[in-house]
Amino acid sequence: MTDPVVRLHEVHKSFGALKVLDGVSFDVHRGEVAALIGRSGSGKSTALRCIDRLERIDSGMITVCGHDVADPALKLRALRLDVGIVFQSYNLFPHLTVMQNIMLAPRSVKGLGRAEAVDLARGVLAKVGLADKADAYPEQLSGGQQQRAAIARSLAMQPKVMLFDEVTSALDPELTGEVLRVIEDLAAGGMTMIMVTHEMGFARHIASQVLFMHRGRVWEAGPPAIMSDPATPELRQFVGSELRR
Amino acid sequence: MMGGHLNAFHLAYLANGAMWTVVLSAMAFLGGGVAAFLVALCRISPLRIVRVASGAVVQLVQGTPLLVILFLAYFGLPAIGFSVPPLLAAGASLTIYVGAFLGEVWRGAILAVPAPQWEAAECLALSRTQRLFQVILPQAVRIATPPTVGFLVQIIKSTSLASAIGFVELARAGQIINNSLLEPFLIYVIIACVYFALCYPISRWSRRLERSTGFARSARVAVP
Amino acid sequence: MELDFTTVLSRWPMLRDGALLTLELALIATTIGFAIGVACAVGRRGSVRWIAAACGFYVEAVRNTPFLVQIFLVYFGLSSLGLSLPAFTVALVALSINVGAYATEIMRAGFDAIPRGQIEAGECLGLSRLQVYWHVILLPAVERVYPSLTSQFVLLMLASSVTSQISTEELTAAANFIQSDTYRAFETYIVVAVFYVALSLLMRAGFWALGGAVFPRRRRLGTVI
Repeated sequence: MTDPVVRLHEVHKSFGALKVLDGVSFDVHRGEVAALIGRSGSGKSTALRCIDRLERIDSGMITVCGHDVADPALKLRALRLDVGIVFQSYNLFPHLTVMQNIMLAPRSVKGLGRAEAVDLARGVLAKVGLADKADAYPEQLSGGQQQRAAIARSLAMQPKVMLFDEVTSALDPELTGEVLRVIEDLAAGGMTMIMVTHEMGFARHIASQVLFMHRGRVWEAGPPAIMSDPATPELRQFVGSELRR
Repeated sequence: MMGGHLNAFHLAYLANGAMWTVVLSAMAFLGGGVAAFLVALCRISPLRIVRVASGAVVQLVQGTPLLVILFLAYFGLPAIGFSVPPLLAAGASLTIYVGAFLGEVWRGAILAVPAPQWEAAECLALSRTQRLFQVILPQAVRIATPPTVGFLVQIIKSTSLASAIGFVELARAGQIINNSLLEPFLIYVIIACVYFALCYPISRWSRRLERSTGFARSARVAVP
Repeated sequence: MELDFTTVLSRWPMLRDGALLTLELALIATTIGFAIGVACAVGRRGSVRWIAAACGFYVEAVRNTPFLVQIFLVYFGLSSLGLSLPAFTVALVALSINVGAYATEIMRAGFDAIPRGQIEAGECLGLSRLQVYWHVILLPAVERVYPSLTSQFVLLMLASSVTSQISTEELTAAANFIQSDTYRAFETYIVVAVFYVALSLLMRAGFWALGGAVFPRRRRLGTVI
C-alpha cells in the first residue's frame, strides 16, 4: 500500500485549559472518503482545521501530501495548493461574482492567464451544476447554490485532498441534497476527501472509513458498517440519538 | 498685558476663554437640541410636504460650512439692518447647525425603533401623538444617547469657529495672548491640550455607551 | 432693505477661482487622507504594539481637537521648524492630517466588519498575506464603508472653509474679500453658501459615479455588503 495522503499521529491540541484533541491518530489513503462524526465539541472540526493548519497543534504529527504540517517552517502556500477546504458558512467573497470568486486564486496564486482561468472556472462550475450562475453575486444565490459555488472555488485549485467542514449544517433540509450530490460525484471521481458531517445516512452511503470522535479521541473507527453495529456504548448512543433527530 | 513670558494672568485669561467655550457649547446644545427635536419631528411628519421641506432645509444647512453661517449671521445681518452681538450670532448659528445634524441623528434613532412597536401602539388605540411620546420616543432616546453624547464633542470643537467673529472663547483667547507673547506654537499646543481635556472624556463616554447599548455605530456623525 | 445680488455676482471670476481652489483642496486632501486612513487602520490592527499605539494617539488627538487649532498648529509648527510654506500647502497638510484620522476610524470599522471566515477562506486558497489584505479585506471593506467615507470627504470640503483663517484664497476667503469690497455682506455669504451646497452636491454625484465604476456589485444590486 502507498503512503497515506493524510496521516495524523497522536495529535494533541488545547484551547487554554480545554483539551480539544487528546491523541488523535488516523490515516486517509488516496481515493478514500473519511467521515468524521461525533457530538459537537468532540474535536472533529478542530481536527479538520489542524489538517489545513488553520489551527496549530501542540504535539504529535500531521502529514498531508508529504507536507509536515507541524513543522513551523512549513510553506503554507504549498500545503494549501494541495488541500481544498469548504466551510459551513460558505465564505464566498461577497463583492465578487461567482466567476470572480473562482478565478481569484488560480489567477493570483497560480498566475494563470485570464482566458485559462475562465476555462477552468467554467469547467468546475459545470461540475457543480452552476454554469448558468457564473455572473451572479453570492447574495443572489440560495444557500445550496452558494455552497456549491464554494466547492467549485476549491476545486479550481485542483487540490489533492478536499476537506468539508459541516458543509450542509447551515442549509435548509431541502437544499442539502444538491450539495451532497456534488460531493458524491467528487467521490465517484476518485477525490480523496475528509468530511465532518451530521448527515449519518450520507456518511454511511459514501464513506470508505468512518471515524467516530468522542472526548478529543478517535473513539471508534472502521467501515460504515460500524454505525449499524457499534462496538462502544458511546457510538451506539450517538447513532441512536442522531437517528431520532 | 505685554510681557515676554507665559504667566498666571495669561493662564487666567485662557481659563476664562475656556469657560466661554463651555457656555457657548451648552447654549448650542440646548438651542440645537430644541431645533433638532423639531427637525426630527418634521422629518417623520405624516405630511409629505413637511418632510420634503424640512429635508431640503437640512440639506442646505448640512451643505454649508459653519463658518459661512457664522459670517452670514455676524456680518450679513447687520448689512441688511439687523445688528447682532457676537454671542448671539454664534449661539444662533450653532443652534441652526446643530439642529440640522443632530436632527438627522435623532430621526435615524426614531426610525430605528422597530416598526411593530408603532403597530402595537396603534392597536391599543393610542393617538399618533400618544404613540410617539409614550411608546416610540422613550425607546428612541436610548438609541440616540450614544451618538448624541458623541456629537457633544463636535459641538465643543465647532465653537472654536466663533473666534472668527471675534467672540472671545478659548481659541480667540489664545490668539489674543499670542499677540503679546509671540509664542504661537506653544500657545496652540496648550489650547489643543485644553480642548482635548474637554473632549476626550466625552468621546470615551460616548464609546462606552455605544458598547453597552450595542447600537448607533452607524448613526455616528463626525464633523471635523 | 434692498437685496442686490448683481454686485456680488459681478465678482464671478473671484468666486469661481475660490470654488476651484476649494475643490482642489478637497480632492487632494481626500486622496491623501484616504491613503493615511487605510495605512493607519492597518497599523492599528497590526501586531506591532508601538505602531498601533501611535496610530491610536493620532486618531484621538485629531478627533478631540478643533480643526481651527490644528491648522494653526501645522502653520506655526512648520514655520518654527524653519519651513515657510505657501498657505495652500499648509492648508493641504492640515486637511489631510484631519481627514486621515476620520478615515482611519471609518476604515477600521470596515475592517472589523470582515468576518474571520473570509480571511481563512482566502488563506486556504493559498493567497499570500498581501493578497488576502487586498482582495479579501481592503476591497470589500472600502465597498462597505464607502457611504460613510464619502460623507466624510464632503464634510472635509466644507471644513476647508476654515483654511481662510490662514489666508488660503479659497471660496470663503474670496467671500470675505468681496464683502469687504462691496459692503454687500449678506448677499455675498448667501451666494457663497449656495456655492458650497452646489459643491457638496457635485462631490456627492462624483462619488456616486465613482462608486458605480469601482464597485460593480453595488451598481448591479444596489445593496450593501
